[in-house]
Amino acid sequence: MRKKPVQTDILQGTLDMLILQILAPGAAHGHTIAYAIERRSEEVLLVEHGSLYPALHRLEDRGWIASFWGTSENNRKARYYRLTAAGRKQLSAEMSRWERVVRAVNRVMRPAKE
Amino acid sequence: MSWRRYIKRRWWDDERAREIAAYLENETADNIARGMPPAEAAAAARRKFGNPTRVREEIYRMNTIGWLESTWQDLRYGARTLRMSPGFGAVALVSLALGIGANTAIFQLLDAVRLRSLPVRNPQELAEVKIAGGNHGMGMNQQYGELTRPIWQAIRGKPQSFSEMFAWSANQRYVGQGSEMRSFRGLWVTGDFFRVLGIQPWRGRLLMPEDEGACPVTHAVVSYAYWQSHLAGREPGPGMKLVVNNDPVEIVGVAPPRFFGMAVGETFDIALPFCQPKEELSRDVFEVSVMGRLKPGRTLPRASAEMQALSLGIFEATIPPGRDPRSTETYKHFRLGVYPAAQGVSGIRETYDSSLWLLLGITGLVLLIACANLANLMLARASTRARELAVRLALGASRARLVRQLLAESALLAAAGAALGIALAHSLAGVLVWAISTEGSSVNLNTAMDWRVLLFAAGVAILTCGAFGVLPALRAAQAQPAAAMKAGGRGMTAGRERFSLQRAMVVTQVSVSLVLLVGALLFVRSFRNLMTFDPGMRESGITTGFLGFWQSNLPPQRWLEFKRELLDEIRATPGVLNAATTSNAPLLGASWEHGVRAGSAEGDAKFTWVSPGYFDTMGIPVVRGRGFNENDTAASTRVAIVNQTFVRRFLGGANPIGQTFRGMQEGDYPTTLYQIAGVIPDTQYNDLRGKTPPMTFEPASQLGPAPWTGLMIHSNVPPAAISATIKRRLAARHPDVIVELSDFQKDIRDQLTPERLMAMLSGSFGVLAAVLAMAGLYGVISFIVARRRNEIGIRLALGAERGQVVAMVMREAGRLLAIGIAAGAGLSLVAGRGARSLLFGLKPYDPLTLVAAAMLLGAIATAASFLPARRASRLDPMAALRDE
Repeated sequence: MRKKPVQTDILQGTLDMLILQILAPGAAHGHTIAYAIERRSEEVLLVEHGSLYPALHRLEDRGWIASFWGTSENNRKARYYRLTAAGRKQLSAEMSRWERVVRAVNRVMRPAKE
Repeated sequence: MSWRRYIKRRWWDDERAREIAAYLENETADNIARGMPPAEAAAAARRKFGNPTRVREEIYRMNTIGWLESTWQDLRYGARTLRMSPGFGAVALVSLALGIGANTAIFQLLDAVRLRSLPVRNPQELAEVKIAGGNHGMGMNQQYGELTRPIWQAIRGKPQSFSEMFAWSANQRYVGQGSEMRSFRGLWVTGDFFRVLGIQPWRGRLLMPEDEGACPVTHAVVSYAYWQSHLAGREPGPGMKLVVNNDPVEIVGVAPPRFFGMAVGETFDIALPFCQPKEELSRDVFEVSVMGRLKPGRTLPRASAEMQALSLGIFEATIPPGRDPRSTETYKHFRLGVYPAAQGVSGIRETYDSSLWLLLGITGLVLLIACANLANLMLARASTRARELAVRLALGASRARLVRQLLAESALLAAAGAALGIALAHSLAGVLVWAISTEGSSVNLNTAMDWRVLLFAAGVAILTCGAFGVLPALRAAQAQPAAAMKAGGRGMTAGRERFSLQRAMVVTQVSVSLVLLVGALLFVRSFRNLMTFDPGMRESGITTGFLGFWQSNLPPQRWLEFKRELLDEIRATPGVLNAATTSNAPLLGASWEHGVRAGSAEGDAKFTWVSPGYFDTMGIPVVRGRGFNENDTAASTRVAIVNQTFVRRFLGGANPIGQTFRGMQEGDYPTTLYQIAGVIPDTQYNDLRGKTPPMTFEPASQLGPAPWTGLMIHSNVPPAAISATIKRRLAARHPDVIVELSDFQKDIRDQLTPERLMAMLSGSFGVLAAVLAMAGLYGVISFIVARRRNEIGIRLALGAERGQVVAMVMREAGRLLAIGIAAGAGLSLVAGRGARSLLFGLKPYDPLTLVAAAMLLGAIATAASFLPARRASRLDPMAALRDE
């Protein structure tokens, strides 16, 4: 197993954004979300899958996502999450903020290329 | 952090647990699908997930409101520790419930008589018009009567700062006919009285402006209570008639149950409209109270100023006739003012106000003593729990958290004590109302809980909690863990300063309970003084009464003779030793005064019109000259018997017999020359207290005709029995005569109800305070002895006598007691000033009382500390040392 240390303080803000982004196309359950993050980050952002759940709880409490019990692809009960309207707004806000930060960091880190 | 989540956190926890389980199932299934054996698949899933318990804990914490959670923990912990020592809990709870209950009960009464507004619409708008500074006793004055009806009519016609006005007056009158006649509490009102106050009828209709007209009155309204008790709750209307003062009156409606009139503590039976008699209204009778609603935005000062500007015109238009120029001038210069009236008027308020505030102070002090006791118990507990606290500190608990935990315990006790106290207060207040009610006048007070009472109880509880909880908690949390765990109650004598707080508490308790004992003794002695005070006349075996025969249609020239016949019949009743008529009974508050002039001396004197047997009946000797006899008639020389104060005041001590004085003209009473026929010693006049005024007695036969008279009867059978006999005999022969009789001595004592209340309550609180202080001293001395067990054991082992040990402990207690008593004596002198006006025949700094209270307290305290001292001296030194 590759283990890249992922700093929690980066995750703190971004994990929420990642979850929202993954839910943008449609509802998914915790298991799917965890694997989606792993897969899409090419296994760089490798988190303990358990730590996803407090984040989901927090997002749901803020009203950005809503949940319901459903049946998964392989016919198992699972709790599904979907974006709410507020969540969609939050996602776009977070994305633009993220892009600003990335651009700023890049400018600092690679001034020669400018 | 949303509250909803906090409340639903259990549900959320379950929900998340199920979700986590679903994840693990999913992952395990996937792993199996990837080809892992089932056991390994489950383990791999758990690894992938991490620690499910930690995840659940994290979510649970997110759902938690920090301070609330820890407070709840503190409270539960407090409840547990209290349950572990039920004895302490019970003692604490009972003393708090008693203390808070007594305080709340007194406050409830104060609230009812002083703070509560009348149960009418917008009571805060009400204001009353009165003569600024009063009317100087001019004319006849009725209770709550501030103005005469002519003054009211003059005010009514003037432009006002009031949007609406009304007048009312309360008076006892008679309802029914013949021997069925009964007195009732009448409320006379202007026609729009009920409308202005916003009172809605319970049945029928209330009085309206049309009901106010020429006499006699034809319509009336009854109170709910009277309707229930006397009219059987029947529907009011044309069929319901009462005979009021000989005139038939139709009862048109019933007032709602909560409306009691304008006088707090009293009720009315029948409300009647004012009526205009054929003759002119008397300008001498101050019988009405004038009230109204201020126009919006009018302040009291502005309304007062406006009313003052109208005063001259009003008073000049209503000058009472036949007065001397001096008092006419005084009358013309009266000024009207406007005063707040949201709380109505109240005789009870005036009578009990200072007593109640004083009692509130007393119960406050009792609670303080109880708090000191509890604080001591808490301190003692804290020192036995020192180890536990030290361990907690050592394990990293913050001091603030420890203080909070200890305070939670106090808060629990205070809250429970307050809850019990409020329940107790309700019954106590009921008992108090009962205690101030007398047969003649029952007190009707609304002592229902209101926000003020609840706020007061809560405030008292918080203060209490602070008083007994904060210091011990702070002290306990200051423990040095290392030292506490090392010492741990082993071996050494505890340092003196460790007990300094307990000592201070005991000194406080002793001094405060001395103050309360001094107060109790003062009030009990004052009451005893009043009860045994000799007013200079016979009290026991006397029946006082009233005869009225205005319904008998006798011509006025027969009245005097008829009175004599009635008196003779009473005197002929078996058991009656003597009887006499009088215009007013002594010692019961009635007063009759005229201006007099003897030579150059001028002033006021009391007048009483009595029949010849009066002085014999009342056991008052005539020391010079003669008493009245049958030769003093309407036609003979006007004579008077005066008291010694009169002789000193008006005659300069010269031989008074045969001298004359002149009664000044006033209203219906023309100026008259009286010749002094006899002298009696000084007696009290209309009150047990107070100095004897100049008094004169005149023959009843020389008073103008009146169809009524007062009575004094001396009998050798109890007043209750003789009253029944006389009433029966008179009712048989003269059904038209109203006969009211009562026990003179009982009536006098009923007037001492405020003093009796003070004596009773301050006495019980004094005893309670002494008991609490004793318990406190006992506890602290026991505690100190227990902590010094080893030291005392060593002393005994080294050969100390048991007597020496007792003396050592007693010296300790004696020092505390001495400081406490010295401080208490000083405090009593200061506090005594507040009680000055309530004492009779005593000074507030009565040395005898102070010494007696100090000795009493000293004796009790010595007994309380002797027990632990003796226990200390009985220690088995070996056992004490082996305990190590």
